[in-house]
Amino acid sequence: MHTIIPLAITFFTSLLIIMGFFIPRAPFSDIQQTMLVWVLIISGFAALLGVDSLLRQHIKKITTRSEGWAYSLVLILTFFIVFGLGVFSGVRYGTAFSLASSFMYAYTYGIIPLQATMFSLLAFFITSAAYRAFKARSIDATFLLVAAALVIIGRVPIGGMLWSKLPVIADWILDWPSMTARRGILLGITLGVIGTSLRIMVGIERSYLR
Amino acid sequence: MSIDRRIIYLLVAIVVTIPLVIKITMPVRVSPPVQLAYDKIDELKPGSVVLLSTDYEAGTMPELYPMTTAVLRHLFSKDIKVLLMSVYALGVPIGAMALDEVAGEYNKEYGTDYVILGFKPGLDVVIVAIGEEIRDAFPTDYAGTPLDALPIMEGIHNYNDISIMIDLCSGSTLDSWVMFAQARFKQRLIAGCTAVMATSFYPYLNAGQIEGLIGGLKGAAEYEKLIGSPGVATSGMPAQSFMHILILVLVIIGNIFYFIERRRKI
Amino acid sequence: MGTVVGTWIAAFLTLCIFSFLYRDNPFYRFAEHTFVGSSVAYLLIQTWYFTIYPKLVLPVLKEGFTQNYLLLIPTILGIMILTRWFPNLRRISWIPISFTVGVGVGLAITGSIQGILIPQLKATIVPIDSWNIVIMIIGVVTTISYFYFSAEHKGILGVSAKVGTIFIMIFFGATFGYTVMARISLLIGRMHFLLHNWLHLI
Repeated sequence: MHTIIPLAITFFTSLLIIMGFFIPRAPFSDIQQTMLVWVLIISGFAALLGVDSLLRQHIKKITTRSEGWAYSLVLILTFFIVFGLGVFSGVRYGTAFSLASSFMYAYTYGIIPLQATMFSLLAFFITSAAYRAFKARSIDATFLLVAAALVIIGRVPIGGMLWSKLPVIADWILDWPSMTARRGILLGITLGVIGTSLRIMVGIERSYLR
Repeated sequence: MSIDRRIIYLLVAIVVTIPLVIKITMPVRVSPPVQLAYDKIDELKPGSVVLLSTDYEAGTMPELYPMTTAVLRHLFSKDIKVLLMSVYALGVPIGAMALDEVAGEYNKEYGTDYVILGFKPGLDVVIVAIGEEIRDAFPTDYAGTPLDALPIMEGIHNYNDISIMIDLCSGSTLDSWVMFAQARFKQRLIAGCTAVMATSFYPYLNAGQIEGLIGGLKGAAEYEKLIGSPGVATSGMPAQSFMHILILVLVIIGNIFYFIERRRKI
Repeated sequence: MGTVVGTWIAAFLTLCIFSFLYRDNPFYRFAEHTFVGSSVAYLLIQTWYFTIYPKLVLPVLKEGFTQNYLLLIPTILGIMILTRWFPNLRRISWIPISFTVGVGVGLAITGSIQGILIPQLKATIVPIDSWNIVIMIIGVVTTISYFYFSAEHKGILGVSAKVGTIFIMIFFGATFGYTVMARISLLIGRMHFLLHNWLHLI
């Protein structure tokens, strides 16, 4: 019984959005645009939920002095410092995202190198993994291995220097067999998305109500 | 046989560093998807307007920033007007940085030759809104100046006034541009993306939903070659090449040991 | 001055992360926690400046509440979602969630049909004028058949699914190759930062 209202809301909002697409004039296109903005506002509130649960978990670690609590303290402190810089920069420059602000300074020299280096660690891991796990164990694995090897060597300048046909082969793999499989997967996913969406719309699939 | 992973890591560090320090050069061959992207932009008449969205953040700057500057150099050399935006908040300062670097080289002025529209959250919402009226999505530019006060925006209202939209992206934002700008408003698209995403976008290229595709640092190097201005991407190619060789050699060694061991067991 | 100090901080953080390659250590964990803390703060500030303030607060401040009374709806829905903090009230959060899901579903249906399904099918059903087109049609059909789980993969379907697997493996291989390329490019970027911006060696 208590699920009827939420299910009805899902049905009617999705219907309005779909109508906004097929009848692109007032009032439907405006209704669609307004509802999209509302979702943004709601997701803004939802962001608080995630932040709260993360901070709460680390504050608990600090108060109970459990293992690694000092790192949790680092996390909480950086959170408040960067947040404070954001508020301060906002007051001072009108927006925290002014290029001259201390918030953007923290971003440029703190978040950028941390994020970029985290990602670049994968270059090391992927090399080591390629050595340990990339074996021609079966026919399928052999196709995977050969396609990967041809793309790895064919898409860099040295490939063309070794044999002028290598880049051409790599381009062909990307243009045809690989593109083709990706299209099949894409069509499969799209059909799945449409099917699931319709099931949600009419209320058969309701696992999001938990 | 197992090699300590730290020895492999050390090899990686050495193979990446040496070509950067001794500055070798390597010839770059242009692949068809990049050539297509270049040609479509090159065909535009001077004074055309292009919408460029820098949909990436710091994590993928090494791949996409050189691409951004190369594409901007091409656009400005052809006297094409640029509207810059991003669907990520921090894509905007990155795009602004690239404009800052390139605009001066071609004596381009803010407000007449290019404008920074800024960032608006909501991806699909923004893309659909631009189809109706750019001013709905961006009433002012990044600095807060009303768009109507900028000469470049005169007569520019929606996709009908934009020759080509270029999405330089690190993730799946291109899907949204394809679904909502291309399919719904028939906007012509060109994409530049990280190498990770490249294979996923080939079906769009084949179907003509995007008209060109620049993939990864290699794609950026190819673009630099096409505009005759080798830069950071081109200088990274030797390190990239040697690393690829290292990986292949390791894979081959790994497989040789694998087959020797398998034979022993039989 | 700011740039020099900033570059040293950035270099220190970069090296802290790289130290993980030797083994897990306090420097790495320090940098990791700094990363999470600052990213979350950044996310919150971004949400305020680009969503809540311009979409909710600014219109009311500028034009007054009577012009924007409809904004009460998303505000109430937003507050309702916070009831997930209280286990016995969490059902209230179903209302905003179902609204959000409804919008998502509506977008997904229209966008996928108009933007992907139709154009991608059109691009597949083309005149067969080269071997590549033959490969493409076989590839698309067999790949889709691999994902068809409503019948057992036996007989023709079994053969088709098997061929589909080969195409999928080639796609995964090509994607792996490109992923390798991307990660190395990022490493080149970081090395360039250390050698050029920080140490001025190149």
